[in-house]
Amino acid sequence: MEERELRLMKGNDAIAEAAIRAGFDAFYGYPITPQTEVMEYLMETDATARTGMAVLQAESEVSAINMVYGGASTGHRVMTSSSSPGISLMAEGISYIAGAELPCLLINVSRGGPGLGTIQPSQADYFQTVKGGGHGDYKLLTLAPSSVQELTDFIPLGIDLAFKYRNPTMILADGALGQMMEKVALPPQRPRLAEYPDWATNGTPRGKERRFITSLNLLPKEHELVNIRLQAKYREMEKNEVRYQEFMCDDAEYIIVAFGIIARIAQKAIEIARENGHKIGLFRPISLYPFPMDQIKALAENPRVKGFLSVELSAGQMIEDIRLAVEGRKPVGFFGRQGGMVPTPGEVEEALYKQFNIK
Amino acid sequence: MEVNEIIKPENLVYKKSRLMREKPFNFCPGCGHGVVVRTIAEVIEEMGIEHDVIGISPVGCSVFLYDFYNFDVVEAAHGRACAVATGIKRVQPSKYVFTYQGDGDLAAIGTAETMHACNRGENIVIVFINNGIYGMTGGQMAPTTLEGMKTTTCPRGRDVRTMGYPLNITPLLAQLPGVCYVTRHSVHTPGNVRKLKKALRTAFENQRDKKGTSIVEVVSNCNSGWGMTPKQANEWMVENMFKKYPLGDMKVDGKLVMDMNEPR
Amino acid sequence: MAKIQGAITVDSERCKGCELCVSTCDKGVIGMSDKVNSKGYHYAYMVSPEACVGCTNCGIICPDGVISVYRVKVEE
Repeated sequence: MEERELRLMKGNDAIAEAAIRAGFDAFYGYPITPQTEVMEYLMETDATARTGMAVLQAESEVSAINMVYGGASTGHRVMTSSSSPGISLMAEGISYIAGAELPCLLINVSRGGPGLGTIQPSQADYFQTVKGGGHGDYKLLTLAPSSVQELTDFIPLGIDLAFKYRNPTMILADGALGQMMEKVALPPQRPRLAEYPDWATNGTPRGKERRFITSLNLLPKEHELVNIRLQAKYREMEKNEVRYQEFMCDDAEYIIVAFGIIARIAQKAIEIARENGHKIGLFRPISLYPFPMDQIKALAENPRVKGFLSVELSAGQMIEDIRLAVEGRKPVGFFGRQGGMVPTPGEVEEALYKQFNIK
Repeated sequence: MEVNEIIKPENLVYKKSRLMREKPFNFCPGCGHGVVVRTIAEVIEEMGIEHDVIGISPVGCSVFLYDFYNFDVVEAAHGRACAVATGIKRVQPSKYVFTYQGDGDLAAIGTAETMHACNRGENIVIVFINNGIYGMTGGQMAPTTLEGMKTTTCPRGRDVRTMGYPLNITPLLAQLPGVCYVTRHSVHTPGNVRKLKKALRTAFENQRDKKGTSIVEVVSNCNSGWGMTPKQANEWMVENMFKKYPLGDMKVDGKLVMDMNEPR
Repeated sequence: MAKIQGAITVDSERCKGCELCVSTCDKGVIGMSDKVNSKGYHYAYMVSPEACVGCTNCGIICPDGVISVYRVKVEE
């Protein structure tokens, strides 16, 4: 196990430190609560002096994501982080990056919406992230951390998956994770890239054909082939990149499905319910896309399991994917808070009893 | 001497740059874009930097540059070429980066990206084709459309009271300290094309010497958009466009050289 | 006394018949063929080749770069 450095860090700071240690070549960002500390940390610690990576504050999120597009087109490790309204501004650029098959890392430290909304945590960007926030058929491999440690570990993992599939990776975090401090074991510094893929437009090598990056193709016959190639890539992701965690599901009669910060609150509620003799389990999707369909379907097929409860910081979005997986085999209920309100374990426990009318 | 005796490789004095691919241009017959695109290739060939240059072609008539050049090109979203250029330049400061933008791209949807790349003094070359219209989408009003000029979205002529004034943007950009070179040219005569070529050469050398942002504006014709033959369009351009967008250097080596206030 | 003689070739298939070379050439060398290429454009050609001095103006001004220019010094 490579030796790691133990620190107590705020989520946003951990993102920045992890980016430096993951050997990123560039961070292009824009201030927006609740994640501005990412860029502040990169500037404060002088990431450029530490690894030579470029850190630049753009004039808008629209500009920032297109800087990411430019950096990604040269085969370098580039990223940005923002929050909900900023991610909406980036939607066109993200669609271009997916359409041009470029790797990059995106981080959404979500806040309550819609509109200017609030700066408190939310999970209401679920649809925007996993169903594609921009135009056209594309997918973002989406990882949902539920701790500052996972937030840190998903940074190198996210960019490596982006290069593996030549597709953006999105880390869907939230204001709570960004702002809270936790113990984190930081990996050692890994070097920045020294070579770049053949497709990268960083000056045509001598004796080689010129390269070009585009998502444009006016010929329908050709453009359909591009889309078919993208879909094949997403099938690969669905085959290889499903990540999840189960907590006390082996003997569970009811399953709470929750991701991110809410999974931890649900876990506490489960511990309390278990003390009251109720066999509840937690299924935590870590990859929101590809969604763990088969695993939830298996739980639904298990005769012991009587029902599911989706707990989210939204009006209910992930519940739709859970229902798709369960396909009516068992009832799927919902409990959520909005506007930045975060439920207590007690509230989750209460909702559980009400949903499955168990005392 | 017979013609076929003259036409021999050893007597060749001019031909299309080898950095041009075989794909025919998608520009309309007689369009200035073609000349600018080729002149850039000639400059890059003569400077020997084809292995270290990346072109950026945003949405507009110029979007297919990657089909025409034998060096790396990145297609950018409409208006975002300067951001894409920044993103590339910041991770590869040793490479040459240039954008090739129309007036809609640079002075309408991309104003902020253009303004801020210049304000940061990004070490890039911005080639800006000003033909007073949106060509690719079929001739709509652009920020540089002249007062009274007819387009599909101001069919009775641009009414400045409701549609705003023609935006002469390069003198504004010239005021930004990060900008080292701003010059305005045209390609309607061979003499002007030769001057443009020198200006492009200066711009790329500025980039090599890290002097900040260079902007080469080319006032050009849009035959189909203006509804004229190429020859008529060039004459109309000299008569009307040059009044509002006078040719010449505006800033050289960081110093303003042209009288910046609006032409009478 | 040496005399300069020039000549041009026109890739007639790629000429778009924009005629800019015709008005640019001050020696009246170039005219438009009454035949058309496969795209339906009348293409440029040397109407009076003997007048050409190989100054390259037509080659430079051609938006599609279809003109190549040759020049040779001829002893009288």
